[in-house]
Amino acid sequence: MTPGSARISRRALLAAGVGTAAAPLLGACGGVSTNGAGDDENAVVLMSNQFSPVEEKQRFEKILSDRVTGERVAFNQIDPGVFSSTFQAQVDSGNVRISAVGALHGDLAPHASRLIDLDDVLAALGDRGFDADLTDLAKLGGDATKYIPWMQASYVLAVHKKALQWLPSGTDVQQMTYDQLLSWMTAARAGNGGTPVFGIPAGVKGLYHRFFQGFLLPSFTGGQITTFRSPEAVTAWQYMKELWAQSAPASTTYDNMQEPLQRGEVLVGFDHVARLVAAPRDNPGDWMMVPAPSGPKGLGYMLVLAGLGIPRGAPQQAPAKDVIKQLTGPQVQLDVLRQNAFFPVTNAKIPADLPAEVAMAEAAVRQQRQAPNAILSLPPVGLGARDGEVAQLFKNCFKEICLDGKPIPQVLDAQAGQLNRIMDELKVPCWQPDPAAAACRAA
Amino acid sequence: MAAGPARRALPLILPSLLFMTALFLLPLITGVAQAFRGPDGLTTGYLRRMVDDPYFWQAARNTALLIVVLIPLQFALALAMALLLRERPRLAGLHFYIWVIPLAISDLAAGLVWLSIFTDRGYLNSVLDAAGISPYAWLSFQHPATMFLAVVIAELWRATSLVFVIVVAGMQGVPRDYDEAAAVFGASYWQRVRHVLLPQLRPSLQVALILRTILALEAFAVAQALTGRNFPLLVGETYQWYTALQNPNVATAVALVVLLLSVVAAVGYLRLMRHGPEPGR
Repeated sequence: MTPGSARISRRALLAAGVGTAAAPLLGACGGVSTNGAGDDENAVVLMSNQFSPVEEKQRFEKILSDRVTGERVAFNQIDPGVFSSTFQAQVDSGNVRISAVGALHGDLAPHASRLIDLDDVLAALGDRGFDADLTDLAKLGGDATKYIPWMQASYVLAVHKKALQWLPSGTDVQQMTYDQLLSWMTAARAGNGGTPVFGIPAGVKGLYHRFFQGFLLPSFTGGQITTFRSPEAVTAWQYMKELWAQSAPASTTYDNMQEPLQRGEVLVGFDHVARLVAAPRDNPGDWMMVPAPSGPKGLGYMLVLAGLGIPRGAPQQAPAKDVIKQLTGPQVQLDVLRQNAFFPVTNAKIPADLPAEVAMAEAAVRQQRQAPNAILSLPPVGLGARDGEVAQLFKNCFKEICLDGKPIPQVLDAQAGQLNRIMDELKVPCWQPDPAAAACRAA
Repeated sequence: MAAGPARRALPLILPSLLFMTALFLLPLITGVAQAFRGPDGLTTGYLRRMVDDPYFWQAARNTALLIVVLIPLQFALALAMALLLRERPRLAGLHFYIWVIPLAISDLAAGLVWLSIFTDRGYLNSVLDAAGISPYAWLSFQHPATMFLAVVIAELWRATSLVFVIVVAGMQGVPRDYDEAAAVFGASYWQRVRHVLLPQLRPSLQVALILRTILALEAFAVAQALTGRNFPLLVGETYQWYTALQNPNVATAVALVVLLLSVVAAVGYLRLMRHGPEPGR
């Protein structure tokens, strides 16, 4: 064989090899479906930014396939960051592939005009016993119902009973004030050989900004945005600085609290219930869940409400309405509670055989809601894509005040400036607990 | 060049000109414009937002610090490794492949590997604990020095092989005659390395230096995996602004800073190396 022919045959071989390798790859590209429906043309596509941890998503898909009859639902879980733009792009271009959306109140609020009216669906669900609070929110500030309440959640404290030994006498763990929490955590740290026992989810993906937005600041100031740099807010952040000094420094790496709690790194943690329930799962007897503390203005708590809506121009609207009705049914509501720790929005009767960790979470959330001094807060409403930026401002306050030790009034002023710049661009009305008057900004 | 050949050349390079304009120049202009164009026309608002952000200056400082510490270390290591290989030890090929493995591993995966070592309950602390030394929170925001050290070690492991490969390739292009001649005239090993080998490696070192600096400016996944946002870097901030904060304009502004620094670094190196004293004469 001459060298020339050898080279050619080698090259030909290589080309053939590359070709064979590339063919299935290229073939696969054509068939990729991004709507989650696979090749089932008739499936009702439910797009949602909820249940992003993959285990939660799989459990919800199982619930859908077990409990929804008559339709096949394709659950399209989408990143919260792109939910809004995807939804808007599909409806505005008139090329709607999704039949229903499930998202938080604040995610749906900017899209009221892109959702069809669901008064007929709500009327048909009279037996569900939705709270008037919730169905009012579901009107998104207008007259017509824009979404059907789907599920709710909140944030509470998980407590390992070992920490109770340091609880100062006279403190009721179920009805603490913020000051009592601080003295408890200070005593616990001292009793624990100097190692802090309290943690907050201050990691990159943690929800610690919700603690400031929905709990700490409303409890101290009665507001979230309007009182952002009030003297009461300075007191609140001063308190936070003191609490942080008694908290586990590794908190800045916690994306959720259930894992460090389970590992025993901390004994008391504040987080979203869905990110707490795994902690007591193995030894529920050792654990309790308690409502958030109260401050000078009351017990600020954040209500996380998710709803189901139908986009304008959506395919399969009638089946989608039927799916929504079924998702508010008692069986589905209780399945979601059992498995994903989101609480029913209906009068579904809480059964006695709930897993212990879910039952204690349910009790804490209920107690928090029914507290006589409760102050309801919502996650920011109508911020759309700017939600992350506003959340970051609260996180910046924490970083600069608690981590970098900068003077509080100065930090609050600087961050309030940024906040007002964003709010002035958006011109959205305030949400609870701030009064709903006109445009929302920090005074 | 005469006008004739130039005119004849134009149709030949036209396709690539069009290609570059459509796929490189236009997106570049649009991208740059994004940092300065708001809903009401031109604005410096995004730039102001960027410099007012508490993370920005910290990220700029960290990025600079990382480059200053990392690059000399990497070059020293890569040169040492290449010189060792040049001595043709046994199993030289095997060593080469082992040293190049990190090149094939993605940034993020490398970061996660090192995270499993440095994290509070990671391998390093397990070993320390077993040895009776109390574990240490290497990656805690309270210990910026060890956090930085962890990022440097991980980056060193991950990216030295790139410099190494370039240096090895450069060394293969250096004829052994000069080296042997210098040896015959009684030059020591270090004299030969310093005055014979390094000057001839200069083009490879220049390429490696420019590439490494630009890549170090872009470093982010390793630090992200190890420290989250406790050790912010410029490109990490771009990512943060684009995905989590959903503000592409500020993200572009930060990216422009990275671009500017890359250009300054590349031009600087080229000038420095061109005007440096011509050694070996």
